[in-house]
Amino acid sequence: MSVDLEHYLIVGAILFALGMYVALAKRNFVSVLMGIELMFNAVNLTFVSFSRFVESDSPLDGHVFVIFVITVAAAEAAVALGLAVLLYRVHGTISVDEMDALKG
Amino acid sequence: MEDTGTVLAFWLLTIVTIGSALGVAFVRNLIHAVVFLVVSFMGVAGLYITLSADFVAVAQILIYAGAISVLMVFAIVLTPQDERKNAEGFLRLPALALAMLVAATLIFVAVDNGWAIADRPGFEETASLIGESLLDKYVLPFEIASVLLLVAMLGAIVLVRPEGAEDDE
Repeated sequence: MSVDLEHYLIVGAILFALGMYVALAKRNFVSVLMGIELMFNAVNLTFVSFSRFVESDSPLDGHVFVIFVITVAAAEAAVALGLAVLLYRVHGTISVDEMDALKG
Repeated sequence: MEDTGTVLAFWLLTIVTIGSALGVAFVRNLIHAVVFLVVSFMGVAGLYITLSADFVAVAQILIYAGAISVLMVFAIVLTPQDERKNAEGFLRLPALALAMLVAATLIFVAVDNGWAIADRPGFEETASLIGESLLDKYVLPFEIASVLLLVAMLGAIVLVRPEGAEDDE
């Protein structure tokens, strides 16, 4: 028995789907962010496994891309969690169900 | 990868990663969900090690399992006690259906596609090569990333500044 590219891709797919479920279904703003972070992780895992297994002239480009994704994810998390605190201060809740200011 | 240690590590880490991701999705307490999220990040870091991506694995532990989860806990304790639930909203069933559809599609593509597999051993060490390409081939995105981090830091500070703070100057 051996571990191939497909195994890692399937793990990434399941992780992405779970993150997507969390991000779409949860009511709490922080839970939604956790789902988004799970999706980032799934994509990064896919990048690194392609970088390890697939034919390429410069296989480490996948790793470099993952470093950039982690950078952007960290910036996103800082701003989004600041937004969560601000939302609570302005609306008194961080439930995304109750944010219907755009409803006609 | 054929050797038994790697195969065993892969399966164990997969169980840990997906199991704790399921925990994030279905546990009721928000703090417990963050703990499961940290375990899932650690599992992904372990999977990076089985893929011989040492630098990315360490960056994953430092930034995701360390910094981002601490930020999440801060956001949770700064918001009210009665909102620390991990409940689903009205989109629960459509989200479940969409997630299953996406998983099925991605798994089908992953299995059905004939990937151009390269028969090479794992990387010996990646940190110095990543550093070289960051300062050579990817120097422009590298510099833009530093500006992005500065903007995000300033943005976060300005966002959560108490109201009326600009009048105090």
